[in-house]
Amino acid sequence: MTGESIDQFFIRAKQWLLSFMSGAPDRVQLIASSLLNITAVLIVFMTLFALISVLERKILGRIQNRYGPNRVGPFGLLQPLADGIKLLIKEDIVPIRADKVVHFLAPILMAAPTILALGVIPYGRNMTAFAIDGGILFFFAVGSATELAVFMAGWGSNNKFSMLGAMRAIAQMVSYELPLLITVLPVVMIVGSLSPDAIVEAQAGYSHAWAPRWFAFTPWGAAAFLLFFVSGLVESNRTPFDVPEGESEIVAGHMTEYSGFKYAIFFLAEYFGMFAVSGLAVTLFLGGWHAPMPWLEFVPSYVWFFIKLAALLLVFVWIRGTLPRMRVDHVMGFAWKFMLPMAFTCVLAAAVWHYQAHGLSGWLWSLGIVAIVYLGLSRLLNTRKNLSVRTYRFAE
Amino acid sequence: MSTSAFIVIAIVTLAVALAAACLRKLVHAALCLVVAFVGIAAFYFLLGAEFVGLVQIFVYVGAVAVLIVFTILLTRREDEANVSFNWGGVIVAAAVFATLAWAIVKTTSLSLPAPAIEALTVKRIGVVLMTDFIWPLQCVGLLLTAALIGALVLVMEEKR
Amino acid sequence: MTPTLQLFLVISAALFSTGLLAALSRRHAIFILIGIELMLAAANLNFIAFWRFGPASQNPTGVMVAIFSIAIAAAEAAVGLALVIAVYRHYRTTNVRRLDQLKG
Repeated sequence: MTGESIDQFFIRAKQWLLSFMSGAPDRVQLIASSLLNITAVLIVFMTLFALISVLERKILGRIQNRYGPNRVGPFGLLQPLADGIKLLIKEDIVPIRADKVVHFLAPILMAAPTILALGVIPYGRNMTAFAIDGGILFFFAVGSATELAVFMAGWGSNNKFSMLGAMRAIAQMVSYELPLLITVLPVVMIVGSLSPDAIVEAQAGYSHAWAPRWFAFTPWGAAAFLLFFVSGLVESNRTPFDVPEGESEIVAGHMTEYSGFKYAIFFLAEYFGMFAVSGLAVTLFLGGWHAPMPWLEFVPSYVWFFIKLAALLLVFVWIRGTLPRMRVDHVMGFAWKFMLPMAFTCVLAAAVWHYQAHGLSGWLWSLGIVAIVYLGLSRLLNTRKNLSVRTYRFAE
Repeated sequence: MSTSAFIVIAIVTLAVALAAACLRKLVHAALCLVVAFVGIAAFYFLLGAEFVGLVQIFVYVGAVAVLIVFTILLTRREDEANVSFNWGGVIVAAAVFATLAWAIVKTTSLSLPAPAIEALTVKRIGVVLMTDFIWPLQCVGLLLTAALIGALVLVMEEKR
Repeated sequence: MTPTLQLFLVISAALFSTGLLAALSRRHAIFILIGIELMLAAANLNFIAFWRFGPASQNPTGVMVAIFSIAIAAAEAAVGLALVIAVYRHYRTTNVRRLDQLKG
């Protein structure tokens, strides 16, 4: 087997499966092809979901000096199966004052967009489940539905904590959607296309025969990647930005009144959202499925994609194990005062880089712009802590 | 353009639009409005304007619907305004629809089948937007900035 | 039979009338805004339909008008809802029938 045939193995497999129904009309073939794509994406990400949920608990345990799940199966690897069965046979409680229809629809509307968003990401050479011209726009268009789902969950439950959690979640998701979108802009500008495949294609090749041309290796790209990643953390409601579901304050936020399998679907939607955002980050900044070194080209493209995806997911877990939860007003202030100006700076720096013909001078110029704005912002925002002796006031 | 898709989308869109206009609970109406917007976006897809359909979903579902929902939460009070219904509006709306539909059906020159056109790519829209429509684009940018500042000023707490 | 321009226009007229119904017969300010949004969307549908069925021209003008119209509708919704909040703060009501005073 040559490297090329391993690389295209899944494409061949799909064509082979489709060849069984070559007599069928075009429309049926199209539907069958789409169904195969959907099945593949679902199977891969369900497996990844099961794997990452147990890995996350193991790693968190490691960080916190304990074992983590180790009872079910070898090394606790069958834990997700046990959890799934437990959640399936749990009683599904719907509050009597809840708005039944809205309460029921919220988890579905939460999970569906994240699965749709996974469809436009190129997983390997010729391996995009749903290749359309405006793929990036599609990603964000379907992603915007999750805000409404959060609202429906909060409002439909008819519970104070749910509503408060939903308000917090929507407020921070709307605020961080701006930097998330604007950090995508420079990449779209440089590539001149909204299609994820074209963006991955633009990051092919190596400058000086060894340095990959990923956008994360330009100053504006690095800054945009960091901003995008932080916004992604917020969009998927992960620590340190998990104020909407802060257990110590508002029980579980918009998920307070959900139990059993509906809760599991929220959980699944959170992880799928994480996969989607990380996948898009890989596509936009980390060169998609391209290998980092020319002599590593023999490894199939999808392996590279999933290695990069796994690396980003592990950073998600690492951050969760390391950082404490932020305060609500700090989260919002950070978005508007720091993230947004920095995101606009990335656009400017990318434009300068582009008009300096992608060379060294452009590299230095864009680095200068990003650095100046970063330093200026940190000076302006007065991040120095005003520490003083804390006075305690008790109930008098 | 498939007829079955058209019929399904048309029925769903009109039903939820009517629900958005007539439901008693404001939140339900707002959620129905969202479905109606998605239905209209589906019409755009059917007509071959994918970009506009995506923009429609993005702007209406992502921004306008969230705005409406937030406003509902900030102005929540069980009011007779929710319940009261002016039947005069129904008559006017029915009359307007009857007139428009009569005019459209009578105009035989409108019963065209769709001509074959080349697909509208995002690139083409971008080029046209940046060349022939650059002034409207700048004006919309100005308008959006003005709307942003205006909305902020309007909802700022009054100084006492 | 494939859908003709007429069918799209009738659908759009029905949507417009629904919006009109919401704007005229409801007293709640947000319902009126919902009606206006529906009417704008119906107009957009008309633009796109005319672009699709019209003679193939150099520029996709109908699409352009629809894009601008969506942007303007978003601005209109933002300002309109801000107005609703401001009015609610002042009068403690969102019923447009109650807003009949010239002085605050």
